[in-house]
Amino acid sequence: MTTELTIALAILLLPLVSFILLIFTGKRYNEKSGLVGTAFLGADLLLSLYILFAKIPSEAKVWDFTFTWIDFHSFVNNVPLKLDIGIMVDNLTAVMLVVVTLISFLVHLFSLAYMKGDIRYSRYYANLGLFTFSMLGIVITNNYLLMYVFWELVGLSSYLLIGHWYEKKSASDAAKKAFLVNRVGDLGFFIGIMIVWMQFSTLTFDGIFSSIQNGNIPFNSNTWLTAAGLLIFCGAVGKSAQFPLHVWLPDAMEGPTPVSALIHAATMVAAGVYLVARTFPMLTADALLYIAYIGAITAFIAATIAIAQNDIKKILAYSTISQLGYMVMGLGVGAYTAGVFHLVTHAAFKAGLFLASGSVIHAMHHALHQVNDHHTDAQDIRSMGGLKNKMPVTFWTMMIFTLAISGVPLTSGFLSKDEILAGTLAFSKFSGHTIIPIIGFLVAGLTAFYMFRMMIVVFFGDHVDRNRADHLHESPRVMTVPLIILAALSFFAFYSFNPISASHGWFFENVTTPTVVVPESVSATSTEEFVEEVHHQHTLAMILSVSVAGLGILIAFATYYWKKISADAVADALKPLYNFFSRKWYFDELYDATVVAATIGVARLLAWFDSVIIDGIVNGAASVTRLGSVISGKFDSIVVDGMVNFTAYSAGFFGMLLRTIQTGKLQTYIVFALIGLMVLLALYI
Amino acid sequence: MDMMEYFSNADLVGSSPILALGTFSLIALLVNSLVKNSQKIVFWVCVAGVVVSLWFAFDNFELNHTAFSDMLLVGGYASFYSILFLVITLFALFLSVPYLEKEEYHLGEYYILIILSTIGMMLMGSAGDLITIFLGIEIMSVAFYVLAGYFRTKLSSNESALKYFLLGAFATGFLLYGIALIYGTTGTTNLIRIAAQYPQAFMDPLHLIGWGLVLIGFSFKVAAVPFHMWVPDVYEGAPTSVTAFMSTGGKAAAFSAFILAFSVPMSMHDPKLTMVIAILAAASMLIGNWFGLSQTNLKRMLAYSSIAHAGYMLIGIASGTQLGQQGITFYLVSYGLTNLGAFGVIAMLEKENGKNLSYEDYAGLARTKPALAALLSMFMFSLTGIPPFAGFVGKYYLFASAVQSNLTWLAILGVITSLFSTYYYLRIVVYMYFREGGEELPPLSRISFATVVLSGIGIVVLGIVPSLILDVLKSMF
Repeated sequence: MTTELTIALAILLLPLVSFILLIFTGKRYNEKSGLVGTAFLGADLLLSLYILFAKIPSEAKVWDFTFTWIDFHSFVNNVPLKLDIGIMVDNLTAVMLVVVTLISFLVHLFSLAYMKGDIRYSRYYANLGLFTFSMLGIVITNNYLLMYVFWELVGLSSYLLIGHWYEKKSASDAAKKAFLVNRVGDLGFFIGIMIVWMQFSTLTFDGIFSSIQNGNIPFNSNTWLTAAGLLIFCGAVGKSAQFPLHVWLPDAMEGPTPVSALIHAATMVAAGVYLVARTFPMLTADALLYIAYIGAITAFIAATIAIAQNDIKKILAYSTISQLGYMVMGLGVGAYTAGVFHLVTHAAFKAGLFLASGSVIHAMHHALHQVNDHHTDAQDIRSMGGLKNKMPVTFWTMMIFTLAISGVPLTSGFLSKDEILAGTLAFSKFSGHTIIPIIGFLVAGLTAFYMFRMMIVVFFGDHVDRNRADHLHESPRVMTVPLIILAALSFFAFYSFNPISASHGWFFENVTTPTVVVPESVSATSTEEFVEEVHHQHTLAMILSVSVAGLGILIAFATYYWKKISADAVADALKPLYNFFSRKWYFDELYDATVVAATIGVARLLAWFDSVIIDGIVNGAASVTRLGSVISGKFDSIVVDGMVNFTAYSAGFFGMLLRTIQTGKLQTYIVFALIGLMVLLALYI
Repeated sequence: MDMMEYFSNADLVGSSPILALGTFSLIALLVNSLVKNSQKIVFWVCVAGVVVSLWFAFDNFELNHTAFSDMLLVGGYASFYSILFLVITLFALFLSVPYLEKEEYHLGEYYILIILSTIGMMLMGSAGDLITIFLGIEIMSVAFYVLAGYFRTKLSSNESALKYFLLGAFATGFLLYGIALIYGTTGTTNLIRIAAQYPQAFMDPLHLIGWGLVLIGFSFKVAAVPFHMWVPDVYEGAPTSVTAFMSTGGKAAAFSAFILAFSVPMSMHDPKLTMVIAILAAASMLIGNWFGLSQTNLKRMLAYSSIAHAGYMLIGIASGTQLGQQGITFYLVSYGLTNLGAFGVIAMLEKENGKNLSYEDYAGLARTKPALAALLSMFMFSLTGIPPFAGFVGKYYLFASAVQSNLTWLAILGVITSLFSTYYYLRIVVYMYFREGGEELPPLSRISFATVVLSGIGIVVLGIVPSLILDVLKSMF
């Protein structure tokens, strides 16, 4: 293993060390655990930066270390059956390592103040370590097997983090929901992996892709290749909260707000997008089309729901789902780099939005506490307002994040969103699916609208309660510094020196679309042609996206700042539609009535089966034994009483033969052995 | 007269592990009878003997020949099994000291008997001849009979020893009669020379009956149904440290000889014999797991579990393939570590006169002794065959060998009965973690704890990196 890969391995393991350290010693050094965890992540971030700066200029396309974990010493279809696992670092991984460790580090830092005095402070930091470890594992492995393992570990650690305040029923319910909904997607992922394993007898990305390139297709059918790709995509649907499995993410806001920033901005939800990116070479045109539509539908549904939410974190949650839809859509239309690029830019500004909202909630909690108000919801934007002057740093940074997510020029979000939209335009030109770019631009407008609605209601105007307003203060430095860092990272300059196009920035130069390996007949449009067309569409996309974003912002100001349009009147006029959006398209109700009800029905059936059949078998075993000993007891007393006669003997004998009794008497054992001998010899000769 | 006329240097080198341990056992015997209160010294002499023997066994690993006119195999397989027995012996020795001290029954001959039985095991694992197998079995068994009755003032221990002895003698009768018939029909007891007479010899029914009787003799030793009846009584009555040793070392030795006796001459797959062994396997899995369900005493539960595991391992013999034999060998390693660990925990928690051995007594252990509870849970998971513990890998290989040999029904039966076994294995976990309870526990010994932790580490490492052993096995078979 090269030095670089050893460092990469250290990056992976440092958070695990932090977890182990904190889980075992945390109780003893409770207050110190936050600093320990943060220090570990700080070191991890530095190492990741080193890897990034070493990898990008490096000649090698990929650094890889593979070893045989288990050799089954047998062959299937003349391919040796063995499990190879290992780690690899290519440009995508190098970028992801920095993204994950950076956001995780900032969340660690932010939590020092935010989680101060929490009852399970050290447990919280331990779980953050476990979570970061799992996420890093996903991006660093070179095979589906380990990826699946880390995938599940992310599921577990997110469960622990979302349910951190498990005394609260809503929190433990949300954790369970996240875990179970994810499991649905993971099942598909697992079946996909099994298909791949059946066909290729390897699970390394490299091995699979080169096998497909050599014309090796599951069951010799392109349909199966599409199916395998889509089943693996199922995992992404679960983790990246795509329609129809997006329902867990908004509930997961029950976790501490920094956790939301970590899970829902840069890591867990990004895992799904990363999975699609990794699987990209083996996705057929059909699979990609399906993925593009899922992404577009998700983006649209989530954006419409976000308009009608009043909880600051719920708004951000739906905006996350919507933006994830964007990324998936981007990958689906073939704009690989754009999709991944949006993942990176989004990670920074969405983590910033969550942390900023955490800062706001922190201040609100404090103020509500001061005025002894225990009824007002600290997260409801309607009970805020006028925070601009009270919390200037939070306001200005959050404004930058909002501009970025709305796709306003000079921000990173503008660059990445623009590339995706240009990609959808190019895609519609080739495939004729015009609905996808239409949804793309529509959602861009909606995003600008609901984000500015939130900003105006929270920060502008006067605070709803004068009394409370006096107690509102800016958050401590340890919370604002991460915000400032993330705000800086939301400017274009970090990604491209050209503020209107990223296509010649370092990211696009280095994270390039991988070679597609599926047979020509089922592959999507070739990369060169596609890139060419994206260039043609770029100006149009830019003009359109800036105008729809501007329109969205304008409407938001007209409605909530200048009050030219009455929001209530509009909501009243479109009552059914408004209700439909604010009730989240009734997805939860739908699932409760179908999937949940059916599951509970099946569970009842199984419980009945358990208590009647299984317990019956177990009790039966016990009573057979008991019956056996009763009978043998009788048998013994008969012998002892001297009433031995052949009839009784053979009766008892056959009774025992049927029940195989453990009598404790040596003679019977020998009798059994002899019977066994005779039976076997009879069978044998 | 020059001894070298009768055997060569190679013979001595080949048998060096056995000779070394034998020498040390004689020294230990002398020390024990000449020095008063010499238990500790005897113990260390025995440990030294095992270590020296281990060194010779490792040294011989690369060799590949036979010794004493093909009576003994040298290197590879023989060395691997010798190492396995010696490691198990080492674990058992260290587990025994605190147990015997706790039971206030600490005598030097205990350790001597342990290493004498190890000599028998090593003979069995390196046998090239039916007579060697017989000698090995007898040396091992006679030592075991005495060990089972080691608590000579306790009725249960005496009962256990007597039963074991009588049934063991009975089984030896079968074995010897079988060997005699085979000798009568082939004119040799050497396994390779018997194999050379296939298939003509098998036309003779007497030859077949001979193998059948040998099979039954082995079935007794590995505790396969319907020759298993002694197991629960003996395991329960014997001192726990002895049970730990018998159920791991004894079983491994019986299987090592079983493989030698049946795979060398039987590599030609006699279909009838295969079927009989498959039936024995099926019956053992069914009966062992079925009766395990209703046990309340942990030692008895592990006795039935031992019967069930004999069934799983017989699958490997029935398959008649190298994969099956590798599977058994891996399984014996993992089963040995797991059972030593489980019995180690039980021995640590046992109170005087066989108290504190029921499921109820383990309620709430997770709170009072979290480390022990976690370890015991690991052992139970491994016995059930749940990854990432070694038990899973072993089962995987055995079932895979069954499928490879068109014995899929055996693999299916194995999986289903494993499912049954989950109930009684995990029941102890339920008691430890989800039931309230927990009274005063005897003070725990550090040595036992270290031994148990080592077994725990072993099953995790082998479960995650089975190649450590598998690659060695690959080179052996």
